[in-house]
Amino acid sequence: MALLRITSPHILKPGRTGNVMLQVILATLPGLAALCYYFGWGPLINVVWAAMLAVLFEVAVIRLRKRPVTFYLNDYSAILTAVLLGLALPPFAPWWVTFIGIFVAIVVAKHLYGGLGNNPFNPAMVGYALLLISFPVEMTRWAPPSLLTESGNLGLIETLKVIFEIVDLPDAYTMATPLDTFKHKGALTAEELWSQSPLLSQGLDAWYAISGAFALGGLYLLIRKIYTWHIPVSMLVSLILVSGFFYGSDPSNYAPPLFHLTTGAVVFGAFFIATDPVTAATSNKGKLFFGAIIGLLIYIIRTWGNYPDAVAFAVLLMNLSAPFLDYYTRPRTYGHKKSNRGIKG
Amino acid sequence: MSRIWNFHGGIHPQENKQQSLTIPLRQMPLPKRLTLPLQQHIGTPAIPTVKVGDKVLKGQRIAEPSGFVSIYMHAPTSGTIVEIGDYPVPHVSGMSAQCIILEPDGNETWIEHQGVEDFRTLEKAELAEIIRCAGISGMGGAGFPTNIKLHLSDDHIVNTLIINGVECEPYITADDMLMRERAAEIIGGIEIAAYLIKPTHILIGIEDNKPEAAVAMTEAARTSKLNIEVVVLPTKYPSGGERQLIKLVTGVEVPHGQLPADIGIVVQNVGTMSAVYQAVHDGKPLISRITTLTGKALSSPGNLEVLLGTPIADLLDFCGVDSSKQSRLVMGGPMMGYTLNTAQIPVIKTSNCVIAGTLEEFPPAPPAQSCIRCGNCEQVCPAELLPQQLHWFAKGKEFDKALNHNLMDCIECGACSFVCPSNIPLVQYYRYAKSEIRNEQQEQRKAEQARIRFEARQARLEAAQQEKEERRKARAEAASKAQAAKRKAPVTTTTDSAIDPEAELKQLKTQAAVARTKLKKAEKALQEAEQNGADNIDQLKQDIESAKQKSELAQKAFSDAENKAPAPAAPSLKDLKVAAALARTKVSKTEKVLADAEAKGAPSVDQLKNSLQKLKEKAEQAQKAYNDAEASETAGNVSNASSSQGTQSTAASTSAAQPIDPPQNDVKALKSALAIARTKLKKAEKALAKAEEEGIEELEDLKQAVAEQQAKTDSAAAAFAKAEADCQTAKEATNQGPDIKALKTAAAAARTKLKKTEKALADAQAQGSASAEPLEKALSGLQAKVVQAEKALQEAQAQEATLA
Ligand code: SF4
Ligand code: SF4
Repeated sequence: MALLRITSPHILKPGRTGNVMLQVILATLPGLAALCYYFGWGPLINVVWAAMLAVLFEVAVIRLRKRPVTFYLNDYSAILTAVLLGLALPPFAPWWVTFIGIFVAIVVAKHLYGGLGNNPFNPAMVGYALLLISFPVEMTRWAPPSLLTESGNLGLIETLKVIFEIVDLPDAYTMATPLDTFKHKGALTAEELWSQSPLLSQGLDAWYAISGAFALGGLYLLIRKIYTWHIPVSMLVSLILVSGFFYGSDPSNYAPPLFHLTTGAVVFGAFFIATDPVTAATSNKGKLFFGAIIGLLIYIIRTWGNYPDAVAFAVLLMNLSAPFLDYYTRPRTYGHKKSNRGIKG
Repeated sequence: MSRIWNFHGGIHPQENKQQSLTIPLRQMPLPKRLTLPLQQHIGTPAIPTVKVGDKVLKGQRIAEPSGFVSIYMHAPTSGTIVEIGDYPVPHVSGMSAQCIILEPDGNETWIEHQGVEDFRTLEKAELAEIIRCAGISGMGGAGFPTNIKLHLSDDHIVNTLIINGVECEPYITADDMLMRERAAEIIGGIEIAAYLIKPTHILIGIEDNKPEAAVAMTEAARTSKLNIEVVVLPTKYPSGGERQLIKLVTGVEVPHGQLPADIGIVVQNVGTMSAVYQAVHDGKPLISRITTLTGKALSSPGNLEVLLGTPIADLLDFCGVDSSKQSRLVMGGPMMGYTLNTAQIPVIKTSNCVIAGTLEEFPPAPPAQSCIRCGNCEQVCPAELLPQQLHWFAKGKEFDKALNHNLMDCIECGACSFVCPSNIPLVQYYRYAKSEIRNEQQEQRKAEQARIRFEARQARLEAAQQEKEERRKARAEAASKAQAAKRKAPVTTTTDSAIDPEAELKQLKTQAAVARTKLKKAEKALQEAEQNGADNIDQLKQDIESAKQKSELAQKAFSDAENKAPAPAAPSLKDLKVAAALARTKVSKTEKVLADAEAKGAPSVDQLKNSLQKLKEKAEQAQKAYNDAEASETAGNVSNASSSQGTQSTAASTSAAQPIDPPQNDVKALKSALAIARTKLKKAEKALAKAEEEGIEELEDLKQAVAEQQAKTDSAAAAFAKAEADCQTAKEATNQGPDIKALKTAAAAARTKLKKTEKALADAQAQGSASAEPLEKALSGLQAKVVQAEKALQEAQAQEATLA
């Protein structure tokens, strides 16, 4: 009878980190489906291509670091990163854009910092931000929601050809996103813009649906207690509040809250990016601040910054300040009058 | 139904309680051998009172406490002591410890024992003693001696007695079974505990997964005259933790670093209460307990009434263990229990559960993955810690940060490890960090003690050095004064005669004091006699007279000697000061006595008035003597200073070419002496302030001490300043600058002192204190010093100017 000496606890809750990641991947499916519905095969190809690259890079790096490959692959974190980045890319992003993005995300942003759990920045967002800065043309080449165009969706093969640059993307398939359009409305007032481009307001419907689909996945994760409500709720609420404030003060110059909420990557970011636990604040109070400031930053960068969308930058900025938030938002321990603050004392 | 609060976090692991509840409570048959560890409780191990070969009866005492936090032990059955030696005991570390080995004779012959009819007729202390003699320690958790917990000192007011029947750990059902089967006993025990600590509320906490137990307890509680409330709590681990339970039923948190007793709460386990009842009611010591035997490797799991000392192997056999299936043997629950690597370990007072688990029940923990900071651990931590951060710090050996994140408040409940999706053995990290921190603290304490010892030694050496220095200075001063006196007038005193009269003076002083004491005694006796109207008054009066005469004679001899004493050196000045103060005290005392007497119309008024007059005169004399002496000393100081300035300049010119090391060393020593003197002064001042606050009578004494210290400090400061000046002049024969600096410092110091004295004087005057006068004197002396210092400074500056 060989009895090992093992310390308590002797029972563990079933459920593993890999499971958590899988659940998150699963939760992106409604969003992915919605994207494909409106933009064709592009998003799906992006995601699959990104996932393949991610596994490749992950295996290579783990080999280089001389770690057990299957053990680390089984946490699914690389695939999740790839899925998130793939979802964020424009539908017809060229293959090499994805390649560079995934390389930066997996090799630089994740493994150079010590691998899963040690990366200060959200890998997918690091990859995305780098691509946005380096290849602004490719990264803003969005297609019009196809249901609204006569030409319909490109087929699978055609889309593949476009992505792997065997053929050029027909001009009819490029169009700026609503955010871009609004950003570059120039001297037009908001009302004029709306009335001028019916396509824009119709395109908005597609974005409503996509955001709704992502929110659905987020709710699923909330119910499964993959993460707590603090970050998504505080982020969305703060964005609604600031945009509501400016819209209320000057509706002709600023976009309404609903527009901000549903365009770009806000909902996707709130439920899938900002909630990445590795790079977010830890305590419940910290998470509230974390989310709220992301919401605020998104609005600031969108309205007064150079880039039409700002989720990646806002999240990265807050990743940077998460440790600080953690030190200053610690919970009050049982039996203590107040919580400790700061690094010491 | 009282309100139920909540505590943060908690988890809901699979309960696995049913397995051990299907069969009712069974009695474990007598084993062949009982192993009784001398330590089954928190505190110091007990000391055996039996020898190998002794025959003992059931319930006979076999070991006694070795200290306050220690307990008695009793033979669980009749038999023979066959060995006292080291055997493996139930402990996390799997260590061995001293055990008494008892071989049962199978007769179960009880020692004579008797219960108490009505415990309410007993004193609390007697009742606590019965519990102590029954060897009862807490049976739920750590095993703290129960009598201590129940017999608190009077300054602990207990408002709530909480009985812990929560049993939140999975698998364990011992308390559940006990509550079902022996609810009345538990209530009886609670009544005894309530009699001892007089709580205003009694609450029994039971989780809602034990409805039968809750019903049984509620019914039993109804029979009691006490208002005992059964609180059914929602099932959640770890609501049975003492601090968590307190929060649950009272809403109060036990402050960090305090015990529940400090906030008027006592928590007792249900098993302990039943043991208390048996001890008091039946006179039976604690020799058995109910233990849960469970786990999938057993064919008939259940609860057993087990004699303490029974080997676990016997229990497992009794419950039909399949050792081929058993993969992990856990003592306690699966959340906080520890594994055993042998079943040859006895049941002790705290053993509530043994789990013989199969591989399927306790699969080996999967390898830990990286922490993904998911925060699950934080959501469940009942202590509201940030386990992921603690893990990070423990891993990186950043123990300071871990401490700052309240690592020590972790109760090691294991909830965080349980939920961690990365399967990180978090609790293991915390145990490691805690033990490292404890080691570190121990090292620090050791180092600290060494440092204190070293510093004490250093201070002693320095004090000795300083004393030497002072003595040397005093001698030198006396010599120089004597020389000065010689020059003025042909006086025959020699330098060394200055010591002898001093000793003589002291002796005389003692004599005078003795005489005074005698006088006082006699006076007191007289007063008493007068009050009592006794007839030996006359004789007493005579006694007093003679005592008085003696005292006066002694005093006179003393003051004569004092007057005769050669040149008023510093110590003598001190003495005079003391004498003056004493005289003043005496006067005021006598005045008081006089007032009293006048009020009473006593016949001794005249007499007292007389003595008062005399004392007043004496006081004046003493004061005058002191003033004179001080005045002369100030004059001496002045001349001294000026002369030393002269010597300084000459010394400067002569020592310009000489090496400067020696004076510097000297300066250092003086500096430290000065520092010591200052510290002492500060202490004395502090003591004085305290005394003033408290209005203590020794005020005068303390003031005296302060004054003395001030004097010492002054002299030390003076010596230091002088030496420094010497050093400076030697060093800077060509450069005048630093000299001025030194002078400036001296002047500043003098000014500060002056200011202080002025303040003290003002204070004293405000209080109308008697010490105002000497302070005034000191003030004028200081003023003179300041003027002098400033003058010296100006001169030096002027000199420099001309030089420039
Ligand atoms: S539960 Fe485990 S993985 Fe999650 S934050 Fe805590 S330690 Fe990290
Ligand atoms: S073991 Fe410590 S840190 Fe973990 S949940 Fe329990 S109290 Fe919190």
